[in-house]
Amino acid sequence: MMNAWLPYVLCILLFSVGVYAVLGKKNLIRIILGIVIAEYAVNLFLILLCWKKGGEAPILQPGAVEQVMVDPLPQALVLTSIVIGLATTAFLVAIAMRLHERYGTYDITRIRELRG
Amino acid sequence: MMAGEYIPLLVAVPLAGAFFCALAARKSGAFADTLGTLTVALVLALSIYAVTSPASTHAVGGWQAPLGILLVMDGLASFMLLVVSLVAFLVMIYSLSYMNAYSGRWQFHTLFLLMLAGMNGVVITGDLFNLFVFLEVASLASYALVAFGTGKHELEAAFKYAVMGSLGSLLLLLGIAFLYGYTGTLNMAHMAEQLGVMGVAPITVTALVLLLGGFALKAAIVPFHSWLPDAHPSAPAPISAMLSGVLIKSLGVYTIARLVFNVYGASPGVLNLLMVLGAVSMGVGVILALRQWDMKRLLAYHSVSQVGYMILGFGLGSPLGILGGLFHLFNHSIFKSLLFLNSGALEQATGTRNLKEMGGLSGRMPTTSWTTLSASMSISGVPPFSGFWSKLIIVMACVEQGEWFYGAWAILVSILTLASFLKVTKFAFLGRLKKGFENVREVPWPMRFGMAVLALLCILGGLMLVPEVKEMVLAPAVRVLDHGILTLGEVVRL
Repeated sequence: MMNAWLPYVLCILLFSVGVYAVLGKKNLIRIILGIVIAEYAVNLFLILLCWKKGGEAPILQPGAVEQVMVDPLPQALVLTSIVIGLATTAFLVAIAMRLHERYGTYDITRIRELRG
Repeated sequence: MMAGEYIPLLVAVPLAGAFFCALAARKSGAFADTLGTLTVALVLALSIYAVTSPASTHAVGGWQAPLGILLVMDGLASFMLLVVSLVAFLVMIYSLSYMNAYSGRWQFHTLFLLMLAGMNGVVITGDLFNLFVFLEVASLASYALVAFGTGKHELEAAFKYAVMGSLGSLLLLLGIAFLYGYTGTLNMAHMAEQLGVMGVAPITVTALVLLLGGFALKAAIVPFHSWLPDAHPSAPAPISAMLSGVLIKSLGVYTIARLVFNVYGASPGVLNLLMVLGAVSMGVGVILALRQWDMKRLLAYHSVSQVGYMILGFGLGSPLGILGGLFHLFNHSIFKSLLFLNSGALEQATGTRNLKEMGGLSGRMPTTSWTTLSASMSISGVPPFSGFWSKLIIVMACVEQGEWFYGAWAILVSILTLASFLKVTKFAFLGRLKKGFENVREVPWPMRFGMAVLALLCILGGLMLVPEVKEMVLAPAVRVLDHGILTLGEVVRL
């Protein structure tokens, strides 16, 4: 019983690690890594959703015997989500590089001119 | 499937416009301008067509719901489309002259059109994952637009905004995963049916909390508002106007309303939560706004406060409250985008955003002066400007529901808003002309045109309540939300 839930719990734990890094770290690169970790946790969660014990790839061939198949939809979703994640990460890294050009540091405590 | 064939065009046209801007308009700024303006004008025409024609749906690629993606053009969607494209069109005209101060015309137009495509997609889709994809398209374009100036502050604000925004998107995706795991569908109407059959479970509540958290981050409702006062002022003025005017509404407020009313079927607990969130946003936003001297930052805090009004209206859950919330959404997108355009005009003419350094500009900049005045009166709820009517409806709805405290709170916040905007008017336009501003000139005509049309809409906004107009624009949107859970069979009938 416990084992069936374990992957999901670990997934949420991984997500929390990512969120912790985003909120608690002071270095721009570590914050970006936090986002990436959280993103992968969510993708893993989606993949876990469609997993079935002994499931086959969902390709129906003529004359094939009916068998247990995994749900194909979340895999398509994860593919989309990975592409979006790539764009977000690339954007964040680009901004971090420009910030480094301007301030000469990746430390957010020293990049803080906006406030109030 | 009848009459819904035009629906995909609302996403396809701006997307194609963005593509061709990036492809063909790199050399010539004038060509990029023409292409951008024509595309937005076409989108505006399509949305006007959508408002005037009956509700319809379109199954993408011929795959029927619940398997395929269903695009739904109901009363609420067409209302939101009208708001988005109207503001986008006027902002586009304004930016024709304003953006001369920046380089990279084709980048601006590409990102602007991408953001528009994303917002339109969010509004018309009937599929939860599709909504997420469009939301990300609009968000990513807006992150890049905030960083458009590539100065120190722009980059810092864009980074903060992008990190918070990505976190919000991840919460949304996790929430969508929970809901998909539980109901086995992504179509919002089918999901609403399934949730109705299966009842409330811990997993649906968890999913709701995750989704509300994500959308509240996009809408900048108070515990999640910290990115907004940095991001919105840092963008170029037309983009600030788009972000504060329509982006937070189509990505945040609209999605919350859709989720709470049409998917979950408004339950008293959730509605109470919305009312509390709305009231806190109203109060915190206006109090933080009072002590600002940077004009754009002041306006950004007022956005937090005014979004609170809409959420409060929805939280009341009665038809009158929903009407107030939607009408305030319309009005706010008009007057807040106008105010940001005004701040851009002032910044361009005087070179500063600090109210203390301005003064006596009403003689030098008459158009900017009267448009700012009408927008300020509208946001503070002075009759007969549009903001007065929507706030009046929200207060009346509070009284009707017996929520006296919230009604009084709404009036108090409105008075504080008035105080804050009297400050803007006094310091920027009245008094003696400061030294060094003798040669300040009024901004060019495209900027004046955009501001003047928005100001007229502020003054005449009350006409939206005239029965014929209301029946066409606002009433169908209210009916969609007031109906509660929408099942697959009912989706088009409202």
